[in-house]
Amino acid sequence: MERTKQRLFEITTEPISVDEVNDRVAARSIGAITSFTGVVRDRTGEREVEFLEYEAYPEMAETMLAQIGAEIQQRWPQIKAVSIVHRTGRLAVGEVSVVIAVAAAHRLDTFDACRYAIDRLKIVVPIWKREIGPSGEVWIEPREDLPSKTRSEGDGE
Amino acid sequence: MKIRVKLFASVRQALGRSLLELELPEGATVADLQAQLQSQFAQLHLENAGVLVAVNLRYAKPDQVLHDEDEVALIPPVGGG
Repeated sequence: MERTKQRLFEITTEPISVDEVNDRVAARSIGAITSFTGVVRDRTGEREVEFLEYEAYPEMAETMLAQIGAEIQQRWPQIKAVSIVHRTGRLAVGEVSVVIAVAAAHRLDTFDACRYAIDRLKIVVPIWKREIGPSGEVWIEPREDLPSKTRSEGDGE
Repeated sequence: MKIRVKLFASVRQALGRSLLELELPEGATVADLQAQLQSQFAQLHLENAGVLVAVNLRYAKPDQVLHDEDEVALIPPVGGG
């Protein structure tokens, strides 16, 4: 498979460009790239947010991102490439925290696979965020409306 | 054997450091490590807080046996995205 030389699964402290992550999965055989962009929002419920401070266990986070990529290619063999890039450090409202790009010859399944990637990321990848706003600081824990898969299941399924 | 444990996020904050060293008997498991941490740091409530253990960059089961060179980390509930 043709593929760029850049890393597909990365934790970075640098700003993330959606186009650049899409380029990581692009190839002559690819006809569809579906991507997801996570952006820092100005509030959580009633709480006003000024910054999010992301922390990761980078070596394990990149291992788990690659595992999610492998799970996707097992579930949807038509998916040719997956790239997931997550930023850490202090991010202001409007900044991009994560970009996921899923590529295939045809669009079918790229939407489901992209959704799977962000849902799994929120459950298994060792990244934490702290909200910083006028009312102080708080660690944000997983939302309860996510699929009820436990983190310790390890290899997917 | 000496096991070095990496700490992150709320656990790192609660203990005020990002690394700690534990002395464990040869053949100790992840469950033994959790028990020792809990007795040494009562303020942690590891189980109630949903803190998992990772060994060599993977989530570990309680019966996994630890070795000298293992990279161990405590993983509080994650919240990326």
